[in-house]
Amino acid sequence: MTDDGSGSRSFVRRLLEHPAGRWSLATILLLVLVGIVGPHLMRYGPNDVLGMAELHNLPPSWQHPFGTDQISRDLLSRVVTGARISLGISALAVALSITVGTAYGLVSGYAGGWVDATMMRILDGFLSIPRVLFLIALWTLWTPASVWGVALLVGATGWFGVSRLVRAEILTLRQATFIESARALGASPLRMMWRHLLPNVMTPVIVFATLSVGNVILIESGLSYLGAGTRPPTASWGAIFNGAMSAAPNAWWILLFPGLAIIITVLAFNVLGDALRDVLDPRHLHASHTPQIAQAATSASLDKNG
Amino acid sequence: MADPLLSVRDLRTFFYTENGVARSVDGVSFDISAGETVGLVGESGSGKSVTALSLMRLVRPPGRIEPGSQIVFDGVDLTALDEKAMRAIRGARLAMVFQEPMTALNPVFTVGDQIAEVVRVHHAGNKKEAWARAVKMLETVGIPSPEQRANEYPHQLSGGMRQRVVIAMALIMNPALVIADEPTTALDVTIQAQILELLRDLQQKFGTSILLITHDLGVVAETASRVIVMYGGEIVEEAPVGDLFARAHHPYTEGLLNAMPQVGHERERLATIPGTVPPPTKWPQGCRFHDRCPYAWDRCANEHPPLYQIGGGHVSRCHLAVEPERRAHKHEPMVVA
Repeated sequence: MTDDGSGSRSFVRRLLEHPAGRWSLATILLLVLVGIVGPHLMRYGPNDVLGMAELHNLPPSWQHPFGTDQISRDLLSRVVTGARISLGISALAVALSITVGTAYGLVSGYAGGWVDATMMRILDGFLSIPRVLFLIALWTLWTPASVWGVALLVGATGWFGVSRLVRAEILTLRQATFIESARALGASPLRMMWRHLLPNVMTPVIVFATLSVGNVILIESGLSYLGAGTRPPTASWGAIFNGAMSAAPNAWWILLFPGLAIIITVLAFNVLGDALRDVLDPRHLHASHTPQIAQAATSASLDKNG
Repeated sequence: MADPLLSVRDLRTFFYTENGVARSVDGVSFDISAGETVGLVGESGSGKSVTALSLMRLVRPPGRIEPGSQIVFDGVDLTALDEKAMRAIRGARLAMVFQEPMTALNPVFTVGDQIAEVVRVHHAGNKKEAWARAVKMLETVGIPSPEQRANEYPHQLSGGMRQRVVIAMALIMNPALVIADEPTTALDVTIQAQILELLRDLQQKFGTSILLITHDLGVVAETASRVIVMYGGEIVEEAPVGDLFARAHHPYTEGLLNAMPQVGHERERLATIPGTVPPPTKWPQGCRFHDRCPYAWDRCANEHPPLYQIGGGHVSRCHLAVEPERRAHKHEPMVVA
């Protein structure tokens, strides 16, 4: 349903008034900006081999601020390009897993009965396999040639948690009078799910998605480090790590800069996720761990503001 | 007389639970004419809410409307319709007002959107037209500055306002019949009076029939022209409203009336009906009320009473209709003894 503007404005304002929200959002926007325009500003291409013999494993200098790697590529250029690749893969993977997971949980929770039971047992099966193991197993079946393939694999193994979350929310919502009321007003099952139920689960889903991005960046880095993610010479952050293994043992810069990039990004997404949790409809999100009185006080103060 | 708007015949809605078959509604028949307000009264568990859900065909498994039940509305038997045809009727010709205005509205949408949604569901206009109708309807149900209120979320409105919004949602398609399930129960007494007055006004304005479900006989007295009293999944008494209050026949109705607070009798303890409604899986043999009844005699425990005609459109499911002298023998009911 269309937002009337005032609602979304106050949401952005509240997010910007939240210190952690402000800073994490700024960091993420900066990282995205780096990923989009950064590669075009680099003096060297990420895969340019500058001089095998004399220019490999150079420590940071004016010429190469992040140094060069084991085969003499400019590390700054590779880390900046890595922002595009790692963030791109994560965004794509999370978009895929959230869409699939939300749809699955929505249908399962709305259908109920044996359909729900069957769908949840299938999910239990998937959830019993550790994700990285699952990914490596899939990797042996199909080795993606491109970053798109990596995003697809990571996305395809990431929707189980959000399915459970959405299903649990739907089970609670189904009891709500306003859902019964929507049925009594003649809404069809599809319309019930799409217009009446889905908007009510968006808040936890958005928070979950934000937290997932950080998680997926770690998974993609881990996979690439293990050699089961992006393929060389693609400059994802994890892949740079992987290359560092064969570099000189004291070439700290090859680990430090991509490592910092990963830490900052993951931290920013996790902090943003927490901030969103605070800012988006406190009544829903704090229901599990905020005492009733505090909840009432929060919504009362919101009433005054709104 | 013309055919009634709604004609319910032998409605039986059973729930197939692990503890047995719950006969929540067990052979209910009644009519509602166009423009009429009928009160449906009973305590919790008497089957009145399940009756309402059955009329809307909103009973969910393990409950079902038994074959042989008939709900003829607008000349069509609703029990024979498929789900799609039923959806076209719900909210358009036959609407429902739910009892909890706090939870009957979706918290993430503005009230204007929610009213407009009904118009959209029934393909009765584009977005803009639907919104315009919603704002107009808010004005009709007495909400001040409706353009502004339409953009507000349910939590920004008071309980009485929310109930007005719920009523606006029910009435926007100008339905022939509105089923109002305890529409005032959750509201303050002053707000209750306002909402009842609103329902009366709207009914006169639009000629809508209302089935008013309540446990509060006071609400019925103010609003309905005819009263149906339910107990144990059955109708136990039906009468024009004045007649019911003046000459309640069934001991259960009598008990309900005695349980009402009366002006001038504030010092006395309110009378209660001893015991509780038995579970719908185990209705007692004979009269379903006999173990709570202060007049019950052996016949009541053995013979299930039919609905006796007692004149002037007044019917009662009590053997006192044929053995009126028994009314003199009041005693402690079985549940107490």
